[in-house]
Amino acid sequence: MEWLREYCELHMDAHTLAQRLALTGTEVERVEHHGVSELEHFVVGHVLERRKHPDADRLSVCMVDTGGSTPAQIICGAPNVAAGQTVGVARPGAVMPDGTRLQKAKLRGIVSQGMILSERELQISDEHTGIMVLDQAHAPGTPLADVAPIATEVLVLEITPNRPDCLSIYGVAREVAAATGAQLRPAPWEYDPGSFGVLDGITIVNQAGDELCPRFTARIFDGVRVGPSPLWLKARLMACGQRPISNVVDITNYVMLLTGQPMHAFDRERIAGGRLTVRTAHDGERIQTLDGQQRTLSERAVVIEDGDGPTSIAGVMGGGRSEVSDQTTSILSEAATWNGPNIHATSQALGLRSEASTRFEKGLAREQTLWAQAVATRLFQDLCGATVRPGTLDLGAPPPPPVTIHLRDARIERLLGMSVPRARCRELLQTISFGTADAADGLDVTVPDFRRADVTREADLIEEVSRLAGLESLPATLPARRTAFGRLTAPQRLRRRLEDGLAAHGLHEIVGWSFQAPDVSARLLLDGEPAVELANPMSSEQARMRTGLIASLLDVAARNHARGATRLALFESGAVYLPDSSGVSGVAREPHHLAALVCGAVRAPTWREQHPPQADFFAAKGLLGAVLASAGVPWQLMAGSEHPFLHPGRRATVQVGAAGVGWVGEIHPRVASGWGLSETVAAFEIDLSAIEPPGPHAFADLTSFPAVHEDLAIVVGEHVPASELLAVIDSAGAPLLRSSEVFDVFRDEQRLGADLKSVAVRLSFAAGDRTLTDEEVARQRQLIIAAVDGQLGGRIRDAQ
Amino acid sequence: MSVTDRIEQLEREAQAAAAVAASSAEIEELRVRYLGRKAELPNLLREVAQLPADQRSAVGSAANRARRAIDSLLDQRAGELAVSELDARLQAERVDVTLPGDPLPAIGRLHLITQTRREIEDVFIGLGFNVAEGPEIETVSYNFDALNHDAQHPARAWSDTFYISDEVLLRTHTSPMQIRAMELSPPPVYLIVPGRVYRRDSDLTHTPQFHQVEGLAVDEDITLADLKGTLLAFARAIFGPEREIRLRPHFFPFTEPSVEVDVSCFNCSGGVVAGGERCGICKGTGWLEILGSGMVDPNVLAYVAGNGYDPERVQGFAFGMGIERIAMLKHGVSDLRLFYDNDIRFLEQFA
Repeated sequence: MEWLREYCELHMDAHTLAQRLALTGTEVERVEHHGVSELEHFVVGHVLERRKHPDADRLSVCMVDTGGSTPAQIICGAPNVAAGQTVGVARPGAVMPDGTRLQKAKLRGIVSQGMILSERELQISDEHTGIMVLDQAHAPGTPLADVAPIATEVLVLEITPNRPDCLSIYGVAREVAAATGAQLRPAPWEYDPGSFGVLDGITIVNQAGDELCPRFTARIFDGVRVGPSPLWLKARLMACGQRPISNVVDITNYVMLLTGQPMHAFDRERIAGGRLTVRTAHDGERIQTLDGQQRTLSERAVVIEDGDGPTSIAGVMGGGRSEVSDQTTSILSEAATWNGPNIHATSQALGLRSEASTRFEKGLAREQTLWAQAVATRLFQDLCGATVRPGTLDLGAPPPPPVTIHLRDARIERLLGMSVPRARCRELLQTISFGTADAADGLDVTVPDFRRADVTREADLIEEVSRLAGLESLPATLPARRTAFGRLTAPQRLRRRLEDGLAAHGLHEIVGWSFQAPDVSARLLLDGEPAVELANPMSSEQARMRTGLIASLLDVAARNHARGATRLALFESGAVYLPDSSGVSGVAREPHHLAALVCGAVRAPTWREQHPPQADFFAAKGLLGAVLASAGVPWQLMAGSEHPFLHPGRRATVQVGAAGVGWVGEIHPRVASGWGLSETVAAFEIDLSAIEPPGPHAFADLTSFPAVHEDLAIVVGEHVPASELLAVIDSAGAPLLRSSEVFDVFRDEQRLGADLKSVAVRLSFAAGDRTLTDEEVARQRQLIIAAVDGQLGGRIRDAQ
Repeated sequence: MSVTDRIEQLEREAQAAAAVAASSAEIEELRVRYLGRKAELPNLLREVAQLPADQRSAVGSAANRARRAIDSLLDQRAGELAVSELDARLQAERVDVTLPGDPLPAIGRLHLITQTRREIEDVFIGLGFNVAEGPEIETVSYNFDALNHDAQHPARAWSDTFYISDEVLLRTHTSPMQIRAMELSPPPVYLIVPGRVYRRDSDLTHTPQFHQVEGLAVDEDITLADLKGTLLAFARAIFGPEREIRLRPHFFPFTEPSVEVDVSCFNCSGGVVAGGERCGICKGTGWLEILGSGMVDPNVLAYVAGNGYDPERVQGFAFGMGIERIAMLKHGVSDLRLFYDNDIRFLEQFA
């Protein structure tokens, strides 16, 4: 905030500013406090006297004039403290950056009425080998905040990727001015003490080409005195999270933070051969970067090399060899523009992100190189006593001319649903440095160079206008909607109906993972089953895409079982992923499946029914039938199915129409026990995508002429499935037989004979146009009995 | 004994027997004994024809009278006994009415994600939108390229997105359906797209799979104000009629202008709850971020311009929101991972 205020006249606190910025498109993640608090307890002090602590070799007892009537006695551990120094003093009540409040304390028996401060204690730098010694001119008792940068608010911003211009203090100042109406001060690069033209003393060759290195600029400074930076500069870097190193390095970092343009300072005399070459790396080339690591490059990376080989990875990180040191007296300042996507690729490949690469990868304007050179030149002169050589080395094609975009008044209104007067548009665009000229139906708007990449079309300008005009005033209207209407599709309605049906029958819906562990196929006895494999799963447990829902139901059942649940009734409705090159992605089809699992008692036990039946095949079949019937889907079961994870004697294929759409059965005990489930687990899974949603049901008159009911008990062989018996009955009973259903199965070797069973069937006869006579029903019954006898060898046991 | 005397005697016997009968079963026995097919009185009646002519009339009428008298007496006694027997039976059937009633079969629950998804769907169906779904395994082209993402957009990184191959991935958002929907049908289009999406992230507030709802409205004259009105209606339907929304300018590659949308916090007033405490849900800001949106970028429309989406002629808005986020806000769920743990005690809470 303190730095920001240098560039715009701001009369609001950090939190108010944060809210304004949020509503104009700059998100403030948080507001932090940097440095110390309770500033009235920090003052300038004058060390009057220093004595050794009688009981501690390393401590001094100092008498310090802090502007009061009597000097304060302060214990100090720093080796450099001495009488006559002007220092910063924290008095009891002061709050340090870590939040601790200073109190009067005794150190080895002697009272200390405060603390003499080091730079690190004030978060001005990392310097902590001694106390911070101030200019003698400051009078004791002067508030320390007036003479040293000991506290500021810091706005932590989230800059969207289209706004690399805001990765700089001046760029943010421009936004702040536009958002608040505060006056924006001239850019710091408008004064440039350097000059242009030929630069002697260095040769630079760009072999990488203009595409990878659109611009490369350099200046040379002589008579450089390397030393520490002044407090204000160090404090600003620290507030931005950068560690001060030396004035030269600090200036390059400071310039980057202020202008958004990264730069690098070489020790000119250590550039081997006095020549730098910008070139693409050789594949596998190795380089040691500033952080001491050996890095291996690919041929897309760009390096800068001198006579002895590569010195830095362009746009990402410098190398150690031509680094500025305490002995440096002549420096080469480099500011270049690199190809954004290429820097991104290089930094990704190396797993190395730096402040520089973060900015370069978003694509900086070539003009920014000279902004950086201008600010750096002034600072090298002012802070390092340097002299700038005449001339600027400047490689690369000239920047493209400014773009002018036509902005129509009518288009603004049409897109926003709110008009913004032309004069207001002009004013708003000018606050963010866009040029404007009047046109017949709007404005001709010239885009500033630092927004060239982001603003290319009329819609982009409308965004700028809308965000600055304030979206608070935008009306809330609804689309006119002349033609469209909304409703769920038939398959969507069917899906809801089935899900609701299962929930109504007591099942809880789960949402499982789309991912599946590779061993699930084997656990389901489906070894070798193909599945879609992820190239970069987060864990091997989630390496494939599921091909069915049953595994996720078993996972959830097992987890809940382990947590003490005994009755499990669960279902899932979701996509499965079947490898199939005819799918839209060219990789898989994604049918929507519905699956349910039941295990344990079908009902909760009560005082009247202590042992309700356990869920088994028929519980699952009953559920399936109930929900399909309630949705109007005709279905049937065929005995047996191909699924090895099911009980071989208790599994069936679900058919809708002629197509198999799924299975129902009991989970094979060996499979269930693999999930830790020892009870019978029954389940079904059907492919909803394969089921045609039923159309409107055609009316049948069931009330005008009542039906006649008859029960038949038929003795047939044990091997005859009920479905086959009913099929024979239905076919023989047509057209008067309206329905037939099994209501009892009875076995008794003595009374019926071996391998025989009696199946009781309830028949319902009716005709749509008359009440049936006893004779008609009797005739139909005889036909049925004859067919059962002829086709199945069945006989009537007892007509009831 | 004359026949008529015998008739009187039978009647007296029957009267005496009926008087001492103690149950309706005994009454029925008496009815058989005195009035049944093999009983004496009906036999007398049947044999009247064989009597001399002068006796027929007297015997016939006496027998008939006696039979009616016995019949009616037995009916009367049977009625009396039935009342007392029912009383006795009901006494015997007394139950302990304080025992629990039979529980109805318990109703299951839709998962909270499904409940929330349907709630969102229903609001937009009411606003005239259709519901579409699309593939979760997508091509890089639909997921990123057609949606105006730079070649170096960070979401493309293998560290952020699940890939099947260089060209195929698990969709990172429901937005590819914007393109697919516009390819399928010419304007106007009013659609929402609920569905599963994937990102390589896992912590308290991120799971590698989660659910989004995309919205897309393209017509001749859809405006940013229409977006605001539509989302205001949505916010009020989901979070309560008192809600307001605000639009904050933002950046998304496939909308221009882009805005993030906040809904006023339903738990507090301006960030402060009753009692003066800072609201924990909106962190004291008074606003909850719920979605990202904006006007469909002309580059996206240009991608499907061949199907009637000329950016100079049609325009529209798009938005995308996280279903879990809406559910967490509405129900105060603190850990996203609970949604995928599927503990029954979690599932059955949400009616």
